[in-house]
Amino acid sequence: MFAFIIRRALQAIGVLLAVGIISFAMFRFAGDPVNQIVSLDTPAAEREQVRRSLGLDDPVPVQFARYLVQAAQGNFGISYQFRQPVSTLLAERMPATLELAICATIFATGFGVLMGVYSGLKRDSALAKLFQTISLIGISLPTFLIGILLIYLFSVTLGWLPSFGRGDTVRLGWWTTGLLTLSGLKALIMPSVTLGLFQMTLIMRLVRAEMLEVLRADYIKFARARGLTTRAVHFRHALKNTLVPVITVVGLQFGSVIAFAIITETVFQWPGMGLLFVQAVQNVDIPIMAAYLMLVALIFVVINLAVDILYTIVDPRLRTTIRQPA
Amino acid sequence: MAEAIETVQASQPTTWAGRFLDSDVWASFKRSRLTMAAAFVTLLFMASAVFAGLLSPQDPFDPAQLELMNSRLPPIWDAEGQMPFMLGTDEQGRDIFSAILYGLRISLAVGFLGVAFSATLGISLGLIAGYVGGTTDAIIMRIADVQLTFPAILIALLVDGVVKSVLGGQLDGATTLSVLVFSIGLSFWVQYARTVRGSVMVEKNKDYIAAARLIGLPAPVIMFRHVLPNVLGPVLVIATINLALAIITEATLSFLGTGMPETMPSLGTLIRIGNNYLFSGEWWIVAFPGIALALLVLAINLVGDWLRDALNPKLR
Repeated sequence: MFAFIIRRALQAIGVLLAVGIISFAMFRFAGDPVNQIVSLDTPAAEREQVRRSLGLDDPVPVQFARYLVQAAQGNFGISYQFRQPVSTLLAERMPATLELAICATIFATGFGVLMGVYSGLKRDSALAKLFQTISLIGISLPTFLIGILLIYLFSVTLGWLPSFGRGDTVRLGWWTTGLLTLSGLKALIMPSVTLGLFQMTLIMRLVRAEMLEVLRADYIKFARARGLTTRAVHFRHALKNTLVPVITVVGLQFGSVIAFAIITETVFQWPGMGLLFVQAVQNVDIPIMAAYLMLVALIFVVINLAVDILYTIVDPRLRTTIRQPA
Repeated sequence: MAEAIETVQASQPTTWAGRFLDSDVWASFKRSRLTMAAAFVTLLFMASAVFAGLLSPQDPFDPAQLELMNSRLPPIWDAEGQMPFMLGTDEQGRDIFSAILYGLRISLAVGFLGVAFSATLGISLGLIAGYVGGTTDAIIMRIADVQLTFPAILIALLVDGVVKSVLGGQLDGATTLSVLVFSIGLSFWVQYARTVRGSVMVEKNKDYIAAARLIGLPAPVIMFRHVLPNVLGPVLVIATINLALAIITEATLSFLGTGMPETMPSLGTLIRIGNNYLFSGEWWIVAFPGIALALLVLAINLVGDWLRDALNPKLR
């Protein structure tokens, strides 16, 4: 098991290195960094001076090593459009994205498990069929259309919820939170639902399939034979066993939630990292794009690794199978 | 019963079309009403995209045909609606119905070209990885693994941004379209490569490949002429499902403002434009392109689901 974790950690480092190379190549070769600093009429000698001071005439491997060291220290260079350090910009917006992603995940898990359990237990009821239809729509409709539809219903027609921004935020150290004010909470509802809908359908389908599978198992029949209440059989024995894969999927999907927040944040003008990234793509702001890529890669890799390790702890069956080479 | 067998034998089809009409795939198609409806909707959309020029009352790309007098007209069933603007007009006096037909054409073009590009790339890399093996295989599949860690939309956005920064300046419609096809192709090749590689590993140990090698055929000929036709079944399924994904990706990129420009709008661009008018009450500018996109994607997905089940009898 220890060897398994070591191997996974090495793979994770490999992925990070590969992303680092791509990110460095973007930073270094897509658009000349010197041109971004000097003005149009700077003489050639001065340009050369800047080039040397930036270390751009060093061998490429040396530059790459320097880039990685600086990235590890949180230095991703200066944004072309904002003229501010990229790390500051990202740090300012990270709380907004994380709060949104966490709320979306809670929404998706809560409703996904409830709907999944219900349609697993009463698979032929009308409500279960309705859930199936909703899940088909949730998978087919592009995220931004769902967001627009919600805005039209709840902001334009009913006027219940704000259509953009985070509402009032409270500053706690470097973290800004919208969870402590009423307007902040109201602003969080629609973006979270929009972002979580896809994950919700995924979890619902998974829980439903797992419930159907588990309810056929022998230990459930035995539990019934012992005369336990239906409620105890369903929730204490069946549900518990369906939750292991759910935890994995929720964990692994969290990275995707952060990446898909790009779209949701654009629809609701949510001031997070995703909106910053879209603006960077529109304005060809390479340092922000490179840094965002590195950050998302780090989040993905850490989550994958954590889920792998947790999984071996939660599910003892895996510990024996892992010893065989995969 | 005996009679049925006799008729089947009597009508043993010989032509290609005859064999298709006699196949399981066609039989399962005829059985599913939903699939037939979805296929009909898909074909209808494709036909209207092809014949957009004949069907639409105006050319939405031609500024000379637009009149500001006609701007922001509601759909025809509203009291203020006017012919020939069935679904209303936008702020430039552009007919929504015509814009949807022309936008559909661009969305479908990007979708099909994107799928073709990613399939070509993925199939070639998968063939090479599976057939050559060794280090080549390891490198290609590791790249695939790393890429699979990230959602396709993120990769498409990144490629789009990088290519634009390399090309620099303002891009015209055709170039933007190629950039979109390129970025979508680069984000979706992995699935093809993995599937094809898996099938190639099975196929290459069979006798006919050994025979082809014995008569001295070069590796590329064996790969593309002999192995490829035998691994195409699953590729067709992936391609259908990816067509819907590619259309959604294009629409998303255009909605985010990094795709098709407003002078040459796809469905995604139309939705982005319409989104600005949601609050002033002109709901039709965003609603109809949105409905068109949703219907198209849903229909293609349903056809893809059916195709997957029909070509994979094990899953039934």
